[in-house]
Amino acid sequence: MTVKRRAIAAGAAVLAMALLAACGGNKATTTTNSNTGAGFNAAVGKVVNPSTKKGGTLQMWSSQDADSWDPAIGYYAFVWDLNQLYTRTLVTYPAQPGTAGLKLAPDLASAMPDITDGGKTYTFHLRSGIKFDDGTAITSKDIKYGIERIFAQDVLPGGPIYLMGQLDEGQNYPGPYKDKDPAGLKSIETPDDSTIIFHLKAPYADFPYLLAMPGAGPVPQARDTGAKYALKPASSGPYMFQSYEPGKSTVWVRNPNWDPSTDPIRKALPDKINLTITSNADDLDSRLIAGTADIDVGQTGVQSAAQIKVLQNPSLKANTDAPPNGFIRYAAFATTVAPFDNIDCRKAVMYAADHTALQTARGGPIGGGPIAPNMLPPNILGSDTKYDPYNIVQGKPQLDKAKEELQKCGKPNGFSTTIAVRNNKDKEIKSAEALQQSLAAVGIKANIYQYDGKLLSTVIGAPDNVKKNGYGIMIAGWGADWPSGTGYLQPLIDQTFILKNGNYNLPEIKDPQIQSLFQQTALETDPTKAAALYNQMNHIVMEGAYYLPFTYDAALNYRNPRLTNVFVNQAWGMIDFQALGVSDGK
Amino acid sequence: MVMGPEPPAAAGSTLVADELPVESEVRAIEGRSLGRIAWNRLKRDRIAMAGGIIVIVLILVAIFAPVLVKLVAHPPNDFHDDLLDPNLGGLPKGRFGGISGSYLFGVQPVTGRDMFSQIVYGARVSLTVAFLAALVAVLIGSVLGVAAGYFGGWVDAAISRVMDLLLAFPQLLFAIALVSVLPQSLWGFGGTFLRMAVLVVVIGFFGWPYIGRIVRGQALSLREREFVEASRSLGARGGYILFRELLPNLVAPILVYTTLIIPTNILNEAALSFLGAGVKSPTPSWGRLMSDAVNYYQPDPTYMIVPGVAIFVTVMAFNLFGDGLRDALDPRAH
Repeated sequence: MTVKRRAIAAGAAVLAMALLAACGGNKATTTTNSNTGAGFNAAVGKVVNPSTKKGGTLQMWSSQDADSWDPAIGYYAFVWDLNQLYTRTLVTYPAQPGTAGLKLAPDLASAMPDITDGGKTYTFHLRSGIKFDDGTAITSKDIKYGIERIFAQDVLPGGPIYLMGQLDEGQNYPGPYKDKDPAGLKSIETPDDSTIIFHLKAPYADFPYLLAMPGAGPVPQARDTGAKYALKPASSGPYMFQSYEPGKSTVWVRNPNWDPSTDPIRKALPDKINLTITSNADDLDSRLIAGTADIDVGQTGVQSAAQIKVLQNPSLKANTDAPPNGFIRYAAFATTVAPFDNIDCRKAVMYAADHTALQTARGGPIGGGPIAPNMLPPNILGSDTKYDPYNIVQGKPQLDKAKEELQKCGKPNGFSTTIAVRNNKDKEIKSAEALQQSLAAVGIKANIYQYDGKLLSTVIGAPDNVKKNGYGIMIAGWGADWPSGTGYLQPLIDQTFILKNGNYNLPEIKDPQIQSLFQQTALETDPTKAAALYNQMNHIVMEGAYYLPFTYDAALNYRNPRLTNVFVNQAWGMIDFQALGVSDGK
Repeated sequence: MVMGPEPPAAAGSTLVADELPVESEVRAIEGRSLGRIAWNRLKRDRIAMAGGIIVIVLILVAIFAPVLVKLVAHPPNDFHDDLLDPNLGGLPKGRFGGISGSYLFGVQPVTGRDMFSQIVYGARVSLTVAFLAALVAVLIGSVLGVAAGYFGGWVDAAISRVMDLLLAFPQLLFAIALVSVLPQSLWGFGGTFLRMAVLVVVIGFFGWPYIGRIVRGQALSLREREFVEASRSLGARGGYILFRELLPNLVAPILVYTTLIIPTNILNEAALSFLGAGVKSPTPSWGRLMSDAVNYYQPDPTYMIVPGVAIFVTVMAFNLFGDGLRDALDPRAH
């Protein structure tokens, strides 16, 4: 998901530069019916304004357009969330607040899969009565075709390719546009129109999560226009595309062929959904506060000016949420760079760090997020936000303990090191400064090296480069593409994920215990049991002092008080858009 | 890039006796040197004196920054979390950027660093870079300028073309590019020292043609003067004439120009720091404070005003003093 977020930032910059004047015209005649807001964080863990009232137009806004509406390409978190409007998948995340939203539920499938052959075969049966927006029935072949499209990376690049990794199995399948074999991808079997069977090479318990990504949704081959499919994708959900003007607006209307009795998840309250793109994020904030915009789908938080305005006014603050979005911001210690090859030196930094200053650098408890005591974010099953082995959450540096650790590490007077940080992330630079300052108190002299943020994958993502230049401390952040411990932790701590470039296992953790736990989780199809294993991994990582967590990332978002059924779905780390309705019917 | 200051209208060496009757009340005193005359004139220029006093105060502040900070402020890099409102993203508590009796200029958002110490230590960086860069520019500019003017011919042509080239060079872009490819340490120097050296070299190196042109023009006219003729006819060589005959007569314009190039350098340093090509954090720098303040201009305008006023006052003081000095050394400008 880092990929996603990075792309968002780039996209926003491009939009700002291009100054696409996508503004104005849409003066929704909503009167802010001056009802008092539901309260700060009211949509976290519970539902604000529960309602089944249909009708009205939902006015969604964004300061950045979707990367693509093609379910195989879109990778932004908010685009995945919006795909719920028009893309149904075999399984998906239930529309529920709290951790209930993390447990996959059948969507197009009538039940969770039968897993046989030692975890290598997944069999799904489809519901009956499911149709595309043109009235044709959705069959297992449409789902297979949708997944095959992911393989056409030459035509449809940019989306997640996890399914390719699991399903190719040496076939080197080139995608449906080049492949002439009617059998297509051999690892997926469609014995009849309502059955689909996946054959994996090795057990992979997280496989259903991959099938919940929009790219695994059905696509009717007859309507596939390749790269142009993004302009008008077929709909299997409650809404279909009426129009899409890239960089300006998208309009969804009801899909007459969607049968609510086949869909236990979606409510489909508004008659129409508008998404307006603006290049002016401050203008978007004022529209939200004025009530002419219902929600910012980007969900990356209001701008700093609006944030201060909102937080200083209790009645405005009552309309905001700052849910953890599934990212942890952290510093990683390079175990290949002395003295961080020594665990006690790493611990010294853990204790010397001023966590309040780091949190403030991230934007404070509301705009930045709560202090993170460990390396599993709250939206991952197995997370334990009370597990605080270094007594971090109290917020103050523990200089005595830090000095003790320095003594043990053989550097009683401190040492010199380098903090590598992206130069285009203001909050990261400020975090580096805060860390530098708190380390100075125990004699650790840290130089800050700012590098071009675009070169992340070759600067701190290249272990050779890290070692050569001695980047002892690297500031980064990570969010999972799917809410499981494997999705979150594997790139960060699995030694087989250490890459020459684009590496995310920044400390280069090579721990046999972790490796054997990953082998167990690959077989563990019960999420609750897997959660216990991830909890163990988290303990090993924290005991090894490889990462210094800063915050569970959060952003302050505003919701129009007229919205109904507002809640944060932990699977997206943001408001569940498909559930929203409007109370005044306009 | 900021233009070089305008050249002094004429050389101070052209002071002539018939200007003296102006000071009728001090006529009784005899044997006044040119410097004495200039000093008397400067003393009567109140604006220039005010500028001069501010300049001296600023220099003293920069030199005694650690003492000053110890007396009335807090160490420049210390964080003060307790002065910030964490729920507002680390904005200073209280009005006007958290100005109070012990935080005279308020505190920096997010870090809570004492702005007074930031400004005082920032003056060190600003003035050091400005003075050293001026020194570099003046040294190169006067040597090459006087050589070009005195020797003429191909020497003049070559130096003049180099000056033209440098004047047309995009100094700002060059500095930014240079800093971004600069390694963490070079020849054993790293961090702040290296960055400051780069600033001095870039600002000084691109500043010398301005002074070079003026000195060349002066040297060109001086070398035709009788005293140079005389010296030459007595057998003096090039070097002797250059350094013993020409340069002393160029001291006044060089001095004036130096005081005028310093504020330009201060602005250049601030601009480069603003654009991220200045000294690195945590070394305080006025330009970097300004660029950080852009993010808080609405909720905390004080944060932007304080370094802005510091730059403004410094540049203004140097300019007023430089103008007064020019007037004093060059009566024809009256």
